[in-house]
Amino acid sequence: MTRQEIFSALNEVFRDVFDDEDLAVGETTTASDVEGWDSFAHVNLILSVERRFDMKFTMVEVTDMKNVGAMADILSARATVYK
Amino acid sequence: MSHDLLKIPFDPHKILMKRKSIKKQLLKNPPSSFLEKRVALLGGSTTRDIMEILELFLLNYGIKPTFYESEYGQYWQDVMFDAPSLVSFAPDIAVIHTSNRNITRYPEPDDDEVKIDEFLNAESEKFRAFWDKLRSVYGCPVIQNNFEYPFYRLMGNKEASDVHGRVNFITRLNMKFYEYAQQRDNFYINDINYISSSYGLEHWADPFYWYMYKYSLCLPAIPLLAYNISNIIKSIYGKNKKVLTLDLDNTLWGGIIGDDGVNGIVVGQETSEGQAYLEFQKYIKSHSKLGVILTVNSKNDRENAVAGLNHPDGALRPEDFAVIKANWKPKSLNIMEIAEGLSLLPESFVFADDNPAERAIVEEQTQGVAVPVMKGPEHYIQTLDKFGFFEVTNLSKDDLRRGAMYKENAERATLMASFENYEDYLLSLGMKAVIRAFEPVYMSRIAQLTNKSNQFNLTTKRYTQGEIEAVAEDGRFITLYGKLEDKFGDNGVVSVVIGRTDDGALHVELWLMSCRVLKRDMEYAMMDTLVKRCRLLGLTKILGYYYRSAKNAMVKDFYDRMEFTKQFEDTDGNAVWVLETRNYEAKNTVIEVTD
Repeated sequence: MTRQEIFSALNEVFRDVFDDEDLAVGETTTASDVEGWDSFAHVNLILSVERRFDMKFTMVEVTDMKNVGAMADILSARATVYK
Repeated sequence: MSHDLLKIPFDPHKILMKRKSIKKQLLKNPPSSFLEKRVALLGGSTTRDIMEILELFLLNYGIKPTFYESEYGQYWQDVMFDAPSLVSFAPDIAVIHTSNRNITRYPEPDDDEVKIDEFLNAESEKFRAFWDKLRSVYGCPVIQNNFEYPFYRLMGNKEASDVHGRVNFITRLNMKFYEYAQQRDNFYINDINYISSSYGLEHWADPFYWYMYKYSLCLPAIPLLAYNISNIIKSIYGKNKKVLTLDLDNTLWGGIIGDDGVNGIVVGQETSEGQAYLEFQKYIKSHSKLGVILTVNSKNDRENAVAGLNHPDGALRPEDFAVIKANWKPKSLNIMEIAEGLSLLPESFVFADDNPAERAIVEEQTQGVAVPVMKGPEHYIQTLDKFGFFEVTNLSKDDLRRGAMYKENAERATLMASFENYEDYLLSLGMKAVIRAFEPVYMSRIAQLTNKSNQFNLTTKRYTQGEIEAVAEDGRFITLYGKLEDKFGDNGVVSVVIGRTDDGALHVELWLMSCRVLKRDMEYAMMDTLVKRCRLLGLTKILGYYYRSAKNAMVKDFYDRMEFTKQFEDTDGNAVWVLETRNYEAKNTVIEVTD
C-alpha cells in the first residue's frame, strides 16, 4: 500500500467513527485536532482501524502512537490486506 | 423503525464504528411514541461503550433511555453511600456491570476450605447488601450479571472441581447470585457466563482491553452484551413478541405435504434432515409452555396441513396451535386476521418461513412483524434463539396458561354462535369475578399488565413492581385488580385500576383491561366496585382521564359508555370526564362478583 492509499483508507474510518463526512486527517493530525476524539472515541477508532487494515496493534504501539502519521507508519509496515 | 445494522445476526464492528449515524437515524424515524426510561448503569469497570451501544438497542426497541453512568468502578459506593447525583436521578431501572475483576477475594492454593468458604460468603454478602440497598432505596428492577470464567487456569482442569480453583469459586459465587434471584421478583440475572462462552471466552476476555482501557471484555463483544441487556429490559417493559406464526413445508418438516403426502415428508429420527426438523418441532413446542402463542400460516389445504402436523414421528400436534391458517391467501393477510382474532397487534408477531419471497412480502406488508432469515433446518433453532424474541423475565402462572386461554376463547366463540342474544351467551358462561384491592401474590402480574396492555388502556401509565407495591400501601390510593373465570377456564388477573383520592374526588390514573376478556362486561363489574368503594369513602366525584396513544383508540368513548360527562378535551383528543358517584347505577348483570 502506498502512503496515499493508507491515508485514503484511514480517512474513511475517521469519517465513520466521528460521523463527519468532511473530515480529513494528515501526517501530523493529533487527537486535539479532531472534535470528539477523546479517550473513549480512541478505543473505538483503534478497533475500527484494526478491522479496516486486518491487523492488530500491540499495547505498546497504541500507547506510544503520537499522531496519525505514526499510525500510518505502523500500518505501512504491518497491514497485509487492503480490503 | 428498526435499524438494519442492529438486526440479528449483526456485525459488531459496524455497530461500533457507525454508532453515531445509527443513533441519528433511530431518532429521525421514531416510533409513534418512545417509552422513556431512566437507566442507571453502575459499573465495576469502564462502561462508556456499553452505554452508547445499549442506547442504540433500546431505541431500536422503542425505549428511549436517559443514563446515569457511575464514575469508573464506583458501582458499589454510589449505592451504599447514596451518591447525591444517583439519588436525584431516581432510576427506573438499574443495570450493574461487573466482571470477575471485581471479585476481591480469590482462594490461593494454600488456603484451607474454611477460609475459602469465608471468602465466598464475604463476596456474596457484599453483593447482597448492595442489592438490598438498591432495591429498598429505589424500588426499581435490578439487572445484575453473573461472572464470566477467568481467562486463565492456574491448575488447568482441576480448576473446575477443586475449591481452590478460580473456576470453581466463580461457579459457586454464581450459584449464590441465582439463589438471591430465585427468592425475589424484579431481580434479573444477565447471563454473561453463557454469552461469553458462546462468543468465545478467549476473545471476550482479551486482556488488551483491560490493560489499555479497563474494559472487562473486548470491545467487539460489547454489542452482544448490550443486546443481551436490552432484551431483558424490553421484556420487563412488555415488549416481547407474543406470537410465533409458522410456515409448514420446509419449515416444520422437509418436503411439500401437498405433493409428497404424509409418508413423503421428512421429520423424525430416520435421517439427519428428519432429526433437524424434529428437534426444531420440539423447540417450538416448548415455546407454547412459556405462553408463546403458536399459529400456522401456510399455503396448503387445511386437511393436508393437519395431516402433516399429525405425522407420527413429529413432535407438534394440531392442538398445539391456537390458530391454523392453511389456505392460499397472502400470508400477510393471514397475519392480520390472526392478529385481529387474538386481539393483538402485528408487532407482537414473529414469522418463520424458509421461503425468502414469502418473508419479503410479509416484511413489506405487515409493519413490525419480525422476520428472521431461516436458512437450513440444522440452524433454525439457533437462528430464532439468538433474537431473544421471547426473553423470559417473569414466568408467571398466567404465561404458562396463555396458550390454553386462547384455546378456551375459541370454545367460547363456538358457544356464542349458538345464542341469538348476546346477554344470554354471557350468562351461559357462568362468569365469576374477584375484584379487590391489590394483594401481594398478584403484584408481579399487575406490574406486568401495566407494561403490556396498550389497547384497552386509558392512560397507558407504566409501573414497575416496586411502584405498584408502593401505591398498594399508600392510603391515598384506591387500587383494584379484577380476576375473571368462567366455565371454560380461569383468565387470571385481567383488569387493573388505580385511583388517587384528592379533596373528595377520585382521579383515575390507571384503568386497563386485557384484551383477552373484551366484551364480557368485566369493565362494568370493575366500575360497579370502584363506585361502591368511593361511596364508602365519601368520595362524591370520579374523574376519568383518557390520554390518546397510537394504540388505545378502542377506549376513546369508554367513559361515555360509563355515563361520565366530558369536562374537557384538547385538540389531541386527550379528555377529562367526570361522574357524580350518587348518580351511578350498577351496570353489571352477568358476572357474579366477590369483592
